[in-house]
Amino acid sequence: MAEPNVVLNNPVVAGVTREQELIAAVQRGQNELFYELVRPYERRVYAAAMAILRNEADAEDVAQEAMLKALTNLRQFRAEARFSTWLIQITVNEALMRRRRERTSKMEAIDERRNNEDEGEYTPRDFADWREIPSEALERKEVRQKLAEALASLDRKYREVFVLRDMEQLNIQETAEALGISVASVKTRLLRARLMLRDLLAGGWEQGWFSRLPFEKGSKPW
Amino acid sequence: MVNGEDSGKAANCEQVWQEISNYIEGDVDADLRAAMDQHFRACRKCASVLAGTENVIRLYRDERMIEVPAGFGRRLERRLAQDGRARGRGWSTWSAWLVPVAALLLIAGGVRWASSLTVAHPLQSEHAQPGKNIPPDMVVVVTDGAKEFHRPGCDVIHNKETARTMTAKEAIREGYVPCVKCMRKYLQIASGERDSSESEIEADAEAGGDVRRGSGR
Repeated sequence: MAEPNVVLNNPVVAGVTREQELIAAVQRGQNELFYELVRPYERRVYAAAMAILRNEADAEDVAQEAMLKALTNLRQFRAEARFSTWLIQITVNEALMRRRRERTSKMEAIDERRNNEDEGEYTPRDFADWREIPSEALERKEVRQKLAEALASLDRKYREVFVLRDMEQLNIQETAEALGISVASVKTRLLRARLMLRDLLAGGWEQGWFSRLPFEKGSKPW
Repeated sequence: MVNGEDSGKAANCEQVWQEISNYIEGDVDADLRAAMDQHFRACRKCASVLAGTENVIRLYRDERMIEVPAGFGRRLERRLAQDGRARGRGWSTWSAWLVPVAALLLIAGGVRWASSLTVAHPLQSEHAQPGKNIPPDMVVVVTDGAKEFHRPGCDVIHNKETARTMTAKEAIREGYVPCVKCMRKYLQIASGERDSSESEIEADAEAGGDVRRGSGR
């Protein structure tokens, strides 16, 4: 008969993931393992900072600072939360602080004015049959570039919500908490962001952005 | 305004557009979902909106959509190795306090002893220090016509339109000197008098980087 502690000490049996092991090890002071812990999320951390700051150098610096802050505060991390979500929330907070610090009051005023506009309903503009852009198309740099440009063209409030919900995969509640806005605002902005991106990319068909994509016959989703 | 192509019993186009995001989230009740499902079967336009919106989400969710600057991971790893060594240490046992407490006592005792023998050292210009503790791979900003290099976001960067980034190591090699404002914590460490604490950095950040210059620390 196996002794109970044999079961508890076996990571596989106890369901302990490598991530949980790394978190525990760093919490015990093995800081050298921290990079291994955050490495799977480093790109997402950068993307979150970039969505808010829109400047590569600032985003990279904030990503590094956020990681250091996460290391400092790792002992406060609670196991019931997702580590990646916790990391993204720290990053968003750091990026928002950086932006607040850097913006002049004039810029803030302009931003606030824009932010109070367009909260109403959005009507889709393009009703042509949507030709699906397959995920393989993302292998092409020009396609990624067009998608990135479409995202960058959105107003800040829509872009931030879309990035956190749809790219970083925070849930609606987590997105609201990270940005300090209401759940209702997240839903409204998310709807608008998604529909605007769809319209922008539908326009891409007409302009030939995706015309050389390798579509298979009958791949239409409708 | 779009005329509804719906069956009449189901939701109309405007309702569908306003709820389409919640529909994708699974955040609509069963009745509305059934009504929308029925509408999508009957209305080609709204089916197109749904297909396109789902496609948009699927594309942007793909990790390939995230582009990071070349060398990002390597620089992050170095920064964590350099700045992260002393951070977040588990102060879980009382003995872990002994080392810094003993160090503080030694420093305090040493300073008192030194000041009893002689006058305080003359203040050194922070500019005179090369900032040897600045992480060499830290991303810094330089601009034309200025001698200092800065951390991105420093509010005393002049001539910003000419700003370009490089590593601290490259900036030092090219003859730039660290900005006394944004690089302050590294200059303080370099002076060997005391370490900069996390709370101090935070205080600077909260105060909008308002530092007291020439305080002679």
